Amino acid sequence: MSAAGLPQPRPAGSFADAVARARAAGELLVQPRMGFPTVEQMGAGLRAVHDARARTVGTITLDSYTRVGDHGSARRALQAGEDLNGFPIVAHGGQVTRRMIDDAGTGGFAVQVRHGSPLPLGIVQALVDAGLDATEGGPVSYCLPYSRTPLTEAVDAWARSCELLAEQVPGAHLESFGGCMLGQLCPPSLLVALSVLEGLFFRRHGLHSISLSYAQQTSFPQDVAALAALRRLSGEYLEGADWHVVLYTYMGVFPRSVPGALALLRDSARLAAVTGTERLIVKTPAEAHRIPTVEDNVRALEEAAAAARDAAFTEADLPDDGEADDLYREARDLIEATLELNGDVGRALTAAFARGHLDVPYCLHADNAQRTRSHIDRRGRLQWTSAGRMPVRAAADRGTGAVGAEELLGMLSHVQNTFDRAALEPSAQSSPALRAGHA
Amino acid sequence: MSAAPAVIAPEPLPSTTGRRRVLVSSVSSDSHTWNLVFLQLLLEELGHTVTNIGACVPDDLLIAECRRHRPDMVVISSVNGHGYLDGRRLIARLRAEPDLAGIPVVIGGKLGTRGAEGGSHASELVEAGFDAVFEDSAGIGEFRRYLAAPQTPALHHDTPPVPVP
Repeated sequence: MSAAGLPQPRPAGSFADAVARARAAGELLVQPRMGFPTVEQMGAGLRAVHDARARTVGTITLDSYTRVGDHGSARRALQAGEDLNGFPIVAHGGQVTRRMIDDAGTGGFAVQVRHGSPLPLGIVQALVDAGLDATEGGPVSYCLPYSRTPLTEAVDAWARSCELLAEQVPGAHLESFGGCMLGQLCPPSLLVALSVLEGLFFRRHGLHSISLSYAQQTSFPQDVAALAALRRLSGEYLEGADWHVVLYTYMGVFPRSVPGALALLRDSARLAAVTGTERLIVKTPAEAHRIPTVEDNVRALEEAAAAARDAAFTEADLPDDGEADDLYREARDLIEATLELNGDVGRALTAAFARGHLDVPYCLHADNAQRTRSHIDRRGRLQWTSAGRMPVRAAADRGTGAVGAEELLGMLSHVQNTFDRAALEPSAQSSPALRAGHA
Repeated sequence: MSAAPAVIAPEPLPSTTGRRRVLVSSVSSDSHTWNLVFLQLLLEELGHTVTNIGACVPDDLLIAECRRHRPDMVVISSVNGHGYLDGRRLIARLRAEPDLAGIPVVIGGKLGTRGAEGGSHASELVEAGFDAVFEDSAGIGEFRRYLAAPQTPALHHDTPPVPVP
């Protein structure tokens, strides 16, 4: 607050501004995952996303050498003309990246850096140097699933990175990746809780523009309930911040057939539209087979935007009576059980994982208690098989039946099989959801 | 592609007891974990006790964990296509440690970048020091049968081992 007691106007960054304009227009903002090694390829990709027939923001996804801080290997690969699975922003440097964005003719186009690093300080410095103002991740969501980095180190590194971003870029935007957690089989209440907790962490370390994520799971009605809970909790815990919700198209094993993959993509766009979700990060039908091309991504962005425009709600999409409230309470209990452990949200997070009050099912990180298990119930919803020491109750219908190896394989490919099968059934060809994709 | 057996099991496992302590691990460059979770559940169903040390395991850490847990068997799984290269390096490191030279170590998964067309890496990996190799193309059945081998020694007549050069 200023001396006069009035809130100081905060400069909106380009990313936050793009979200605000999409919201005002009542349109879903769509975004790819896209990263190429060279300036030419990456610049062309950004331009194509900018020019797509959809309301888009751009993405620069970084390569895995950069993610683990091995910038020397990234540099050598660039010099040798070898392929990398993303854009090595540190090896290229801020000036080169800045010029690339200018040359792509996308001045003013909002671009987010996506990376996956538990120790992101160098990456954040590079994106600040490049004049960018948005990135994503989080101390838990980029530590537990993909690294061996101790959680306390990731918490410290993310605290410093948030502060650097907040100090150097007024209006900077940061998205929590907490709504993903291994991509599949994490019940929604924990995804929602982790997103909100990471949002609180970002807030505590100086960010004012924040997004909370949720990845499409196995049941449309359950996802509707989860997104309602996420929105309600964000309003309660992030009051005063500029926040929005971002949905990820399914992050697990993707359908193999093109019609199946497109139906899943369109379902995610419809889910975003009917829940008032502001932004969607898409997947492409190429997903199950190879790294998507620029054209794959543009097609997916346009497909998703069209599906969101035409989205309709049916009786079958609605959660059960009380389902959204139950999910909200379960997520709130997880948040509260964490926050009460320490006044500092970073320390509270490490304490909660150490005690198993937060415990991601099937996550093998040494700082995860590994006492929880989940399953997909008969109606396709994700449920807790065992809740370990978390303050939630396991599903009653299951008893103590442990999840076996074969069942795990079945659950991992549940969405893939469901959508591939539906796409192959003759009757499915006449359903509106599938017909649109063949136009 | 022929259905040539991609498993090499020159010796049955040491017949300790039915229950074994198994260390499950990935290789240094592979961050996938669902394959490791699947193996853990499979081994536990078969009555074994599993320590799962997860993805991206540096060679030094694997050696240290082998000393700490003294497992009856080590199961390495990799699906990113680097398993052949990483596995060859790590088994040479492990076999160079006198106290670990005799520990049963098997490897499986998508071990090369080119799938079944890339040819088999099995004989080279066995030569490098693995006790058995289970390539993705063979499916999980071969591994199940291998685990059951001490109780059913006749099995080895059904699955002729690929000649080791």
